[in-house]
Amino acid sequence: MYRYDEFDQQLVDERVTQFRRQVERRMAGELTEDQFKPLRLMNGLYLQLHAYMLRVNVPYGMLSSRQLRQLALIARRYDRDYGHFTTRQNIQYNWVSLEDTPDILAALAEVEMNAMQSSGNCVRNITADQFAGRAKDEIEDPRVWCELIRQYSILNPEFAYLPRKFKIAVTGSPNDRAAVAVHDIGLRMHHGEDGKPGFEVIVGGGQGRTPVIGKTIRGWLEPEHVLGYVEAILRIYNMYGRRDNLYKARIKILVNAVGIDKFRELVDAEWEHLRGGELTIPAEEISRIHAYFAPPEWEELPDGAATLAAQLAENETFAHWHQANVSEHKQPGYAIVTVSLKAPGREPGDLDADRMDALAELADRFSCGELRVSHRQNLVLADVRQDQLLTLWQALSALELATPNIGLLTDMIACPGLDYCALANARSIPVAQDISRHFIDVDKLQTIGNLSINISGCMNACGHHHVGNIGILGVDKRGKEYFQLTLGGASDQQASLGDRLGPALPQDEVPGAIETLVDTYLGLRQDADETFLETYRRVGITPFKTAVYGDDTSPRRVA
Amino acid sequence: MALVKQGKIVEDSFQRVTDEAIPTTGAVLVDLATWQAQREQLKGRAEPVGVVLKSDEHPEVLADDLPGLALVALDFPTFRDGRAYSYARLLRDRYEFTGELRAVGDVLLEQLLYMQRCGFDAFEIESDDPERDFETALADFTVWYQPAGDDRASALQLRHRR
Ligand code: SF4
Repeated sequence: MYRYDEFDQQLVDERVTQFRRQVERRMAGELTEDQFKPLRLMNGLYLQLHAYMLRVNVPYGMLSSRQLRQLALIARRYDRDYGHFTTRQNIQYNWVSLEDTPDILAALAEVEMNAMQSSGNCVRNITADQFAGRAKDEIEDPRVWCELIRQYSILNPEFAYLPRKFKIAVTGSPNDRAAVAVHDIGLRMHHGEDGKPGFEVIVGGGQGRTPVIGKTIRGWLEPEHVLGYVEAILRIYNMYGRRDNLYKARIKILVNAVGIDKFRELVDAEWEHLRGGELTIPAEEISRIHAYFAPPEWEELPDGAATLAAQLAENETFAHWHQANVSEHKQPGYAIVTVSLKAPGREPGDLDADRMDALAELADRFSCGELRVSHRQNLVLADVRQDQLLTLWQALSALELATPNIGLLTDMIACPGLDYCALANARSIPVAQDISRHFIDVDKLQTIGNLSINISGCMNACGHHHVGNIGILGVDKRGKEYFQLTLGGASDQQASLGDRLGPALPQDEVPGAIETLVDTYLGLRQDADETFLETYRRVGITPFKTAVYGDDTSPRRVA
Repeated sequence: MALVKQGKIVEDSFQRVTDEAIPTTGAVLVDLATWQAQREQLKGRAEPVGVVLKSDEHPEVLADDLPGLALVALDFPTFRDGRAYSYARLLRDRYEFTGELRAVGDVLLEQLLYMQRCGFDAFEIESDDPERDFETALADFTVWYQPAGDDRASALQLRHRR
């Protein structure tokens, strides 16, 4: 993975020094909260319902075991012994104090990490496919381009005060595991006409109050021009994006207002000036960054090791886990393991300090000392030998980290909701916990198959409910917490937004309604290969609506 | 309010003219509407003329006039409005404006470095000790990843020079 050299380290150290001084000025009363707020936000420090929250960047989800140990140390020393992995592949600490923050940032800098631009109206952490560099279907490793864009965007003087936050995601595979279509800019790798890999550039996607699937602004772009083209988009957005209304300030609103064709004209006119200029990435820089992501020295191993087949046949629990949590690796004899952070009853994405240390240990033992954070809030060990899967699984089981539910119904995304977030209408976490306790039967979960449930505590959609196969949105009905269901959302290469099922339900009716939806699907599907989403797309919303509400879909009376 | 150029407090030689009564002598800074209404007259003046642009006034409207202007001031109605950073880059890189580029309005110390990198060379700042604060603000960072409108070498250039 990428390692800081003296330039990266110097920059991050200077940032810590700068922020330490700003915090001192704040504590001494030299800065008002109003003046201090933008400064702390540029360093990932939010004021939440009960305490400060610090969001730490995990660039495109990559973590070394050493970094994870440091995250554990920070959790112990400065927080309540745990951290929360987010849908943007970052980690958040929910209970930090202002005066500790400079020390936390210094502790992060020691292990080549930072919190720069993890909030504020600037370019945020660049996200990527969590299987980057290991997936069989991959054209090129997206992390090379993520790192180049990361460097380009950090402390970029022109774009520190954009109309609104700006999220960029990159995938190097045709199968999109990075949800690029719901980002401000999504880059998706394709082969060009002459077979050369390049990027389809998608712009103006997003979730929030106005969910939009992004539109293709350029079908194919030479990768060495990616920074120039991104700059053209950012500049047009910076100059013409709305600034009068917080809720209309994202780039998607601009793209929709002028139309994608006009927007493309503006960007291309800007791009004509920039093309071939100093942002063109020199070939030697591309290879320099590439070298950081060179795969480890894999051993020559036979694929589908016979022992593994025997172990699977022998051990049903292991087989369940293997089926759900182990993915194909491009190197024969190896496998990609996803560690579920969605154990029944636990808060999705949370991990305590002891388990962080234990996972760092397992990464060292089984997976070259590296981990990845997925946007579905799980962790990934990407280089596990197939003949060590059983041992790894046993170790994970002992840590209660072997929940066999990746891609299944209980692998939910949930935002922090009303337990932490000042904007929330409702508590998302208890709903997720209720559902995970309701669907505890592994056989049933595997029979249901791939199904994503995404939960947001308000219409800001941090829990990605618009693109969940089943979306759950917390709403406030005269001071009571209710939940609005949507069906048919997806964030992959065929991204779509969910349709509203019917009136919102009280919390205690949500698990039952999910059960009804699932049973309806099981009754309607053509065969076991047809997923929930496919069935939904084939039959439409009506049978699901009738199953949950009967024929009566009039709004429920609120007691 | 102090005007800082090249790290030093300087006297503002421009008189800001907001209505149409333009003094007959001295350097003046006019708004866009005044400039457009009285362009020929203003161009004929012996003393320097500057134009101040609001954040929704794109500098493209001045592109042809720039050789005759001594000063362009870009206004930050609030520090959150970052349009002028892009305007500054365009003025320098695209329209090749070489006169004074001044940041006015809600100009925070923390932003001076960014402004300077984008091509501003004059700053109206509020401070008890503008020269000291200016110096401190500019010393915050010595490493930059990306090229901008200044002559600081990017980390990329430095790396490949090694
Ligand atoms: S979706 Fe709403 S409740 Fe959930 S984290 Fe975002 S703003 Fe808070």
